Amino acid sequence: MKRLSMLRYLWLLFLVCMSSPAHAILNIEIVGAGEYQIPVSIVPLAGEEKLAQGISSVVAADLARSGLFKLVDPAGRTPHEPKDVVYANWPGVDALVIGSVVDQGSGRISVRFRLLNTVKQTELLGQAVSAKTDQLRAIAHRISDMIYEKLTGHAGVFSTRIAYVNRQGSKNRLVVADSDGYGEQTVLSTSEPIMSPAWSPDGSHLAYVSFEQGHAVVYVQSLLTNQRVVVANFRGSNSAPAWSPDGRQLAVVLTRDGSSQIYLVRPDGRELRRITFSGAIDTEPHFSPDGQSLLFTSDRGGKPQIYRMSVDGGPAERMTFDEGNNFSPRYSPDGKSFTFAHLSKGRFYIATQDFETQQMQLLTDGGWEKKPSFAPNGKLILFASEAQGRGILATVSSDGRVKQRMFPQAGDIREPTWGPFLKQ
Amino acid sequence: MKKVFLSALLVNLLAACATQQPKVAVEEAKPAAVVEAPTAEAAKPAPVSESAAPAPAPVAPVAVDPLNDPNSTLAKRSVYYPFDVYVVQDSDKPTVQAHAGYLSTHANRKVRLEGNCDERGSNEYNLGLGQRRADGVKKMLLVGGAKESQIVTVSYGEEKPKATGHNEAAWAQNRRTDLNYNN
Repeated sequence: MKRLSMLRYLWLLFLVCMSSPAHAILNIEIVGAGEYQIPVSIVPLAGEEKLAQGISSVVAADLARSGLFKLVDPAGRTPHEPKDVVYANWPGVDALVIGSVVDQGSGRISVRFRLLNTVKQTELLGQAVSAKTDQLRAIAHRISDMIYEKLTGHAGVFSTRIAYVNRQGSKNRLVVADSDGYGEQTVLSTSEPIMSPAWSPDGSHLAYVSFEQGHAVVYVQSLLTNQRVVVANFRGSNSAPAWSPDGRQLAVVLTRDGSSQIYLVRPDGRELRRITFSGAIDTEPHFSPDGQSLLFTSDRGGKPQIYRMSVDGGPAERMTFDEGNNFSPRYSPDGKSFTFAHLSKGRFYIATQDFETQQMQLLTDGGWEKKPSFAPNGKLILFASEAQGRGILATVSSDGRVKQRMFPQAGDIREPTWGPFLKQ
Repeated sequence: MKKVFLSALLVNLLAACATQQPKVAVEEAKPAAVVEAPTAEAAKPAPVSESAAPAPAPVAPVAVDPLNDPNSTLAKRSVYYPFDVYVVQDSDKPTVQAHAGYLSTHANRKVRLEGNCDERGSNEYNLGLGQRRADGVKKMLLVGGAKESQIVTVSYGEEKPKATGHNEAAWAQNRRTDLNYNN
């Protein structure tokens, strides 16, 4: 009966059980699928049942969320070593994941796994990942990253983290979480608004805007020590922090000299230098991956549009020309395109534009969709959306094919931003 | 095909659900401690004058402060704007001018101008727009005789909506500068 919509899209809907209050995301919903999905079967690991947390199930959920894989139920087949695999028993499966868990004692385990090409009957990958038993999800995400990279040729982002603001009544929390919404940690909790979290390039610090002092002030806080410093606290509004790729500078937006203008400053607040002189609202700066240019939002042409300029200042070049307003530009990690929020006829869309073709591509169907940011592999875009009257997290693949919505357990999610790759 | 896919996925997910229940300790044991209390930096005295100065009692010789007269123009403490506009509209100019006159004759009074926006923009753009709205009212107050030292401007952008809802009725209420004497 629902065949029509099934034909049009593959609707995958599943609930990821998260009963613990430590978990921020109640359920995850996926819509769409990659053009070609690689059929993969993930066999439960030998010895996994003794662990407090399944590993193969997390790997399966990671791969399913990407939309690029078709998860095939191993249906009771349980090989753990290559010699146990009867390839004829795996028709329609291109890749098979098998392995085992070894208890190393002293609270550590080692997971040995193999990725097999069932068509060529070869081993694509054989790895051992070890960690403390309280890092089981982290192990699973590492394995997912390796499988994803081997099968797609692109780095996986399952081990990366995201930051966002959760607002519940008058309580605002700045949080960081795993990219699947697990492992939420509160960085700041306040009754006043929090805006614009921005990850340092090494993932060790967050810059953000907080209204604790009665107006918008820019802070940088260490995620390791929770120590923080005031970067900009001038009269008016101090906001929109963005890190340079080398982590040595922030672009911020200040109104101390009139309307919102862009300044560069050291992360400790020293060496403040103004770089736009438009008299318009210039805001939401974002550094190019090579650190040479900034994209930003400006209404210097009458309506908010995206512009580009050198970090050394000088003239700005308008990048978007379409009907409607455009906001919140972010470079793609390869620097060849950018994503932004497009407002047209009262609806917000997530869009991308290639620098070369200058063509805007709408990736979403429109709604209340704001604040896009690329995953560090450039394959996914995270943004704030709304469903059932609540602020939620959403992602869309950079080709627009796969969409994901992540519902918080409580409150509204605002201002999400995807963190960088972390050094292993 | 698709049915197989779906059911395979569901099985996987059910399995995930079944195994994920008892693993509460995982995230709690992560190293970075969560600090919800203000940090040392926040505990320092606020370095800027934006922090509240207690409003001194009015010293005007008259018994009644016109600010407290509900029939006075001064009872209006908000001005409203069309979409993406920061210029005070003609309809609200008498209100701002009345407040300018009051401030000019009550030198010890201070006002905090709070600019707000509807949600049709990015949060950061709206923060800039709200600041412009507040600063625009400030300019009119200065022209009308108020002193720089009596006025503080801030913007909340779209972060503190008075009315919720994605409709013009709510948006119209949120495009606003409040004149707040109770700081």
